Amino acid sequence: MAESPASAQPVVTDGTRQQESVVIRFSGDSGDGMQLTGDQFTNTSAILGNDVSTFPDFPAEIRAPVGTIPGLSGFQVNFAANDIYTAGDEPQVLVAMNPAALTANLEDLRPGGVIIVNDDAFTKNNLRKAGYDENPLDNPDALRGYELHRVSLTTLTRGALEGIEGMTTQQKDLCKNGFALGLAFWLFDRPLDSTLAFYAKKFAKRPQVVEANTRALKAGYAYGETTEAFSGRISVPSRTEVPPGTYRRITGNEAIVLGLVTAARKANKPLFYGSYPITPASPILEGLAALKHFNVRTFQAEDEIAAIGSVIGGAFGGALSVTASSGPGIALKSEGIGLGVVLELPMVIVNVQRGGPSTGLPTKTEQADLLEMFFGRNGECPVPIVAASTSGDCFDMAIEACRVALRSMTPVYLVSDGYLANNSEPWKIPDIDAIAPIDVEYRTDPKGYEPYMRDPKTLARPWAVPGTPGLEHRIGGLGKQDGSGNVSYDPSDNEHMIHTRAEKVARIADFIPELEVSGPEQGDLLVIGWGGTYGAIRSATEFMQKEGKSVASAHLRYLNPFPKNLGSVLGRYRQVLVPELNLGQLSFLLQAKFPIRVVPLNKVQGQPFKIREIADKIRSILD
Amino acid sequence: MTETAEATLTRKDFVSDQEVRWCPGCGDYAILAQMQKVLPEIGVSREQIVFISGIGCSSRFPYYMNTYGVHSIHGRAPTIATGLKAVNPDLSVWVITGDGDGLSIGGNHLMHCLRRNVDVKIILFNNRIYGLTKGQYSPTSLGGHRTKSSPMGSIDYPLNPISVAIGAEATFVARTQDTNTKHLQEVLRRAAAHKGTAFVEIFQNCVVYNPTAWDHTTKADVRDDNILYLEHGEPLIFGKDRDRGIRVNGMLPEVVQLGNGVNESDLIVHTEDLDNTSYAYMLSRMQHPEFPQPFGILRSVNRPSYTDMLVDQVQEAASAQDADLSALLHSSDTWVVE
Repeated sequence: MAESPASAQPVVTDGTRQQESVVIRFSGDSGDGMQLTGDQFTNTSAILGNDVSTFPDFPAEIRAPVGTIPGLSGFQVNFAANDIYTAGDEPQVLVAMNPAALTANLEDLRPGGVIIVNDDAFTKNNLRKAGYDENPLDNPDALRGYELHRVSLTTLTRGALEGIEGMTTQQKDLCKNGFALGLAFWLFDRPLDSTLAFYAKKFAKRPQVVEANTRALKAGYAYGETTEAFSGRISVPSRTEVPPGTYRRITGNEAIVLGLVTAARKANKPLFYGSYPITPASPILEGLAALKHFNVRTFQAEDEIAAIGSVIGGAFGGALSVTASSGPGIALKSEGIGLGVVLELPMVIVNVQRGGPSTGLPTKTEQADLLEMFFGRNGECPVPIVAASTSGDCFDMAIEACRVALRSMTPVYLVSDGYLANNSEPWKIPDIDAIAPIDVEYRTDPKGYEPYMRDPKTLARPWAVPGTPGLEHRIGGLGKQDGSGNVSYDPSDNEHMIHTRAEKVARIADFIPELEVSGPEQGDLLVIGWGGTYGAIRSATEFMQKEGKSVASAHLRYLNPFPKNLGSVLGRYRQVLVPELNLGQLSFLLQAKFPIRVVPLNKVQGQPFKIREIADKIRSILD
Repeated sequence: MTETAEATLTRKDFVSDQEVRWCPGCGDYAILAQMQKVLPEIGVSREQIVFISGIGCSSRFPYYMNTYGVHSIHGRAPTIATGLKAVNPDLSVWVITGDGDGLSIGGNHLMHCLRRNVDVKIILFNNRIYGLTKGQYSPTSLGGHRTKSSPMGSIDYPLNPISVAIGAEATFVARTQDTNTKHLQEVLRRAAAHKGTAFVEIFQNCVVYNPTAWDHTTKADVRDDNILYLEHGEPLIFGKDRDRGIRVNGMLPEVVQLGNGVNESDLIVHTEDLDNTSYAYMLSRMQHPEFPQPFGILRSVNRPSYTDMLVDQVQEAASAQDADLSALLHSSDTWVVE
């Protein structure tokens, strides 16, 4: 973590300070290429062997007015010589492409931090848009305590690109992020080759653009080398204790795409994906649409309701069927999910949670859909819920969601969030052969067949798909008789079916792993969470453990049903802290299910937890 | 599609073991009977046939067909049918819907299923009333219709299902009637044979809540004067004595009496396969009492179906690239830790 004792005391060697970890934030207009800049910096650091974690933060508007705070797009990277679990609380370095970027991010910057600004962008007009009466760069008091570097990024970039034919000045100015990136590469002693290769590939059809970006990047690097403005370079060595293997970077959305395709392969079933575009889930649709050669069939539906409807049809037809959405889109799907529950067909609903309620904060993160997923359907309508805890874990939990759905013939919620969806982290590419197959067979034997006959262990009904001779049958949303599936208004049939569906979901607990604890097996405090807060909880808990506190952490990846040992784990600690990005939904469930009172820690600002916020809470409980 | 069982199937093979529970005299019985009669003749084996419905009286239909079936949720049947066809394009998929299910709560899905030309057959039972909820006005109820939810008369302008379908680019659009058994059979046969979305409006009688809705096309003394039977390549002639026709006057159709200098050659010749929808739309606007109601195939054109194109893309992608999962997982900058 950023505040670990090691990073506070840099080692100085040859004018280069060595640190355990650094957090850098790039911020500029949404047209300034900040996402690409941050992405390249992260890639290079990951390839160097650092652990990395990123936090892209961008506006809901595609291009909000230039130079304003709402128009800012940011990308924070935490890179480290040790294991890290979040993108870091406080940047140590801020690259601000204009006054709005400076004013919006300054309060997050660590005291003594480095500020690199594009001096050219601090015009009267831009200052006014950012709410400055005067230029803060000219006021010695305004930025006291920081190491300020005024770099004329625009002018220097234009100079570096002089003589390149076929590009307007406006186009050349777009390369100034390359200059800033080059400077950052120099400052942190990173090689340029990965980004140069990226330029060559991305702009292969426009050689002058490759040339322009290459020159800007190298000029930025050379600027750091030749000016003596910087007090010194900072290097972050590679991690040493990393499990061997081949690694790549992955975001949660990418991991879900790969996980779903892998699950379909493991189940030996075609993958059908019906979805309606919505932030932040759309990249899953886009990712799968490009994988038709894996027999992936994607359907961009006319609305969220049609998306879940198509998935019900795909499931009835024998495909591994999946939809994804977020916020209001999930609300619209609830009727269809209810039908999926009573039809007892396997399907996965991916909920990439975003800030709510209503349209809310589409590009921000939150965890406030938990109770909706538990209870948000008419009638007694249980749906299993699994939740990924890291971006890479989205791969594993996508497979797991499919496994649960196919084993128990039920809709399953796979939960991610806006943070996991966009955050990228190093991911050890798994050995596909080591992933257990998903055993699922269509029913083909007409002898003794009934649509709602049940597997005695899982209570799953058989999957008999249209096209199979002798298994013609009708299923529907009306009350029904078990076994035959015939429509029935008999009171005891209705009660029996409701209990049976509940029991079927409860029995999933027999097949899932028990909850693991990180830290002491019993003690003063257990910090328990779910979803994308894993990194912050784990970091804060480890930090407090180093301070000698009796604190452990546990993270729920299975929320419905809960792991069988959850009750006993909770009982082994004097107190239980539940940090959540909502008003206490897991707290509510734990207190309803177990005879305990928990201490909630809640935040609904559209932003992930800072490690410090959880660490402070742990300290306040234990001191 | 497999065609092995074709020769041996009979109507009885399509009758399920469930007791039919529509009101006595309901038009649905006739439609069910004709469907069960036609299906053995379409060359598709029973296990390849699926009926999908939404909610409403008509939506009980799948329970009574001894095929695969889903009785789903209100208005959503086209979405389920689309997903099913996407994963198994060989199936013969039929959507059973009504004027409320298809045009009110499910209007959006109907429109998009039609424009995509998903290869499903949509049979819309139009009785101009909500029957299952006991008699509220529907999107096809005529203006002024007094119902329990419109005691002073409906102030909604009604939709014309055929116009909606043509407006949504449907490739096959037809109209028939529950009691007109031979005609109904023929329309169902044609719908079954169509590749792409086939949309069929059936005038269906709700004996309890709207029993007079279709008197003008069902009563023996007036029906022939109020129905225009469409025959591809034939002039638009109607009437008990087949003495009246439709011709174009300016940009609009008009009813003319044959004789007195008006000949068959003055009349519009029905052409169902025009790619341009204007003629079919004009036909669809011919409504009682100004015009006879067109029955039969208003439009039948060939256009690649959504499902065909989806399969084509999957096959094209598969022949261009290997489905190498390990390579996919590595398809990004990678690095090795030893």
